[in-house]
Amino acid sequence: MSNTVTLLINGEQIGVAGGTTILQAARLLDIDIPTLCHDDELEDRAQCRLCVVEIDGRPRLEPACATQVAEGMTVSTDSETTLAARRMTLELLLSEHPQSCPTRARGGECNLCDYADDYGIRAPAFGYGSETEDIRENSFISRNAAACILCSKCARACEQVQGVGELGFMGRGIGVTARPAVGKTLEQTECEMCGNCVVVCPTGALRATGPPGRADAKVRTTCGYCGVGCQFDLNVRAGRVVGVTTEPDNPVNGKWLCVKGRFGYEFIHHPERLTAPLIRRGDRLEPASWDEALGAVASRLAEIKAANGPDAIGFMSSSRCTNEENYLVQKLARAVIGTNNVDQCART
Amino acid sequence: MTNSIGEIPGADVLFVIGANPTEAHPIIGIKIKQAVRNGATLIVADPRKIWLTKIAKIHLPIRPGTDLALINGMANVILSEGLANEEFIKSRTEGLEEYAGVVAQWPPERAAELCDVSAEDIRGAAREYARANRGAIFYTLGITEHTCGTDNVLGLANLALLTGHVGKESSGVNPLRGQNNVQGACDVGALPDVFPGYQKVAVEENRRKFEEAWKVKLSDAPGMTLTDMFEAALEGHLRAMYVIGEDPVMSEAHAGLIREALSRLGFLVVQDIFLSETAKLADVVLPASCFAEKDGTFTNTERRVQRVRKAVEPPGEAREDWRILIEVINRLGYPADYSSPEQIWDELARLSPILAGINYGRIEQVGLQWPCPNTDHPGTRFLHAERFSRGLGKFTAVEYSPPAEPPDAEYPWLLTTGRTLYHYNAGTMTRRVSGIAAKSPDCFVEINPADLEKIGAADGRMLRVTTRRGSVEARALATRKVRRGGIWMPFHFAEAPANDLTLDAYDSVTRTAEYKVCAARVEVVEP
Repeated sequence: MSNTVTLLINGEQIGVAGGTTILQAARLLDIDIPTLCHDDELEDRAQCRLCVVEIDGRPRLEPACATQVAEGMTVSTDSETTLAARRMTLELLLSEHPQSCPTRARGGECNLCDYADDYGIRAPAFGYGSETEDIRENSFISRNAAACILCSKCARACEQVQGVGELGFMGRGIGVTARPAVGKTLEQTECEMCGNCVVVCPTGALRATGPPGRADAKVRTTCGYCGVGCQFDLNVRAGRVVGVTTEPDNPVNGKWLCVKGRFGYEFIHHPERLTAPLIRRGDRLEPASWDEALGAVASRLAEIKAANGPDAIGFMSSSRCTNEENYLVQKLARAVIGTNNVDQCART
Repeated sequence: MTNSIGEIPGADVLFVIGANPTEAHPIIGIKIKQAVRNGATLIVADPRKIWLTKIAKIHLPIRPGTDLALINGMANVILSEGLANEEFIKSRTEGLEEYAGVVAQWPPERAAELCDVSAEDIRGAAREYARANRGAIFYTLGITEHTCGTDNVLGLANLALLTGHVGKESSGVNPLRGQNNVQGACDVGALPDVFPGYQKVAVEENRRKFEEAWKVKLSDAPGMTLTDMFEAALEGHLRAMYVIGEDPVMSEAHAGLIREALSRLGFLVVQDIFLSETAKLADVVLPASCFAEKDGTFTNTERRVQRVRKAVEPPGEAREDWRILIEVINRLGYPADYSSPEQIWDELARLSPILAGINYGRIEQVGLQWPCPNTDHPGTRFLHAERFSRGLGKFTAVEYSPPAEPPDAEYPWLLTTGRTLYHYNAGTMTRRVSGIAAKSPDCFVEINPADLEKIGAADGRMLRVTTRRGSVEARALATRKVRRGGIWMPFHFAEAPANDLTLDAYDSVTRTAEYKVCAARVEVVEP
């Protein structure tokens, strides 16, 4: 399907590879089609119907995420019919969504409410849904059934990305919701707590547990655990790391993370962190000033070097520290002490 | 890795041996799952039924320590069935003859018997791998943490040379590095025999270059590896150690001996973020910073140099490690006046040809992969495209050798140690994350249910595992994941330190200990 197909979208001509969807082609033209259930890295299910477009010669509106382009196709993404259909879809979704959106109430982002605003829906024709309490699925993930719009992205991420498949549609009729098996929380399943379901959830029905409110700053950095080097944003509020979020724009992990990367940050502010230098006095380690501690380090290393030679001193550098710090350690060993006795745990 | 992480889904045959990526490198695990979803064939060689075996076409549950028998057995099939890549061997390699001589001694039946798997599965694995368009090997410590670790790695390199599965997109030999910056620590010279950029200290020209840059006379004698340092400390030759961000008492094999070595030092400095088991033995402890509290770079397993950015302040009087090191250097009378990590990077990149083209400006958004020799260079996604570092790829005739301490009548169980999804290495960080600690609170011993029944214990019962070096108690976890006669323990838990048990027998080249095989006794702890 690598032949080029030419089509018109909103009057603009574009040539794309066969097999491309209308949604993808429109994005190439910077035409934004709203969607709640599409994710570039998941198989499409055409579940939310929000991305419907009008195609000349077709009797019905078609979902842009699941409809492939065809030669000579003429597509309208913003006709009156399309916009009316989307408004209807949003109003139906809102009829099962609480008026006081639990996600927005927490300072989070709800794509459904955002679209409702975009489409100027202030009093939906079928009203709003009722509120539900949050369910704590495990230590890191909470779920609010009322905010769920059955887009199935969580279930698809769990199945297609993580390969675990612990989330699915459960219940019947209007009671149906995306959740772990009936009678269980995620804690009681094979869930690996990666939180990749939280990342794809468009309404915040699945969310990281933790205090409400927005981050003051997001700082892009590299994960400190394994050697994969995942990129993420440390969410900082009042000088503390309060969460980790991801964006799809990096070549290593995209938006996916594991439990350690996404939720393993509590140690940063742990009360057992070392906060002052310690010096041994007898069999006890006692707090000391930096001046005293650094003085002891320098004088003892100098003494041992003078008495036993530079090769009597060894440095265990750190595969956990930065390149710049490792460079300084080996420079300290080689240029300052005069020994090549520098190594780290690359052997273990 | 010779390939990039992003190339994994493009491979059509993946051979994972001695690696458990869904737990130790979960995002690489995701990429491997994606490759299989795309239709790739997965072959897993691992004594345990790790998660990836669920989606593998062939699982070879080999007896621990027999990797090279399997690898040479596969090579035997590839050569005897005419599946080798003649063109690649002719144009890119040398030394086939001697290697083929060794491999000829390893028909799959012989390998199968030693490995305790079926010869047909060895044949199947060899055929799948050899016939791949883009075949990729992934390994980690299950290959290297053996007395024959170097030979195991060479054996895998031989397989790639034999089939031409190297030097191409999605096709190569991929060690998955363990720690966030173990790749970078090596790259910038935290190794006893090389300056930054893998320039040997024994080569005069290299020394002259660094002597000029650092304005001091430098030693031409390669230093001691960590293993040798601990031995020298035991013997009294090493008098002081400065340990940064590592916990050897928890992570080195035969921890009892490591404690003894450290106690014999005249002076021990530990620079860390928690009072680790090693820090408890120190004369001076310097409070340092974690990754969220400093600027700098880490280099990941695909050789990508990426920015680390300061998000919060270190607690109390704790300081960034680079600032502490500058202070120590200055107090020892050497001038160091860097005002930022960027200045340090610029100095090290200038001295390291493989990193010379990388600067903070270029990696502001996306990291670059070395080799990157100049600032116009786009970085290198996969290695060895046109030639190998030494020119031709060299086959090395490597012969199987058994583990140093096989089970016997007195210690009849085979103990292997490793890592789990929820905890990270010595556990100093993850055990202080309450949600993770709740999910995985304590140490366990994986044991086959049939074996557990044999010793008359129920799942969850406390077991005492004893080796010639020490004894540790942990609860039994009955699982068919492990082979009969084998037990498996993580080393994350300070109250049940698995490395009190592990064996201090080392690979002669890398000086890596045989963490993956030692003999043990298992007893039920009476309540």
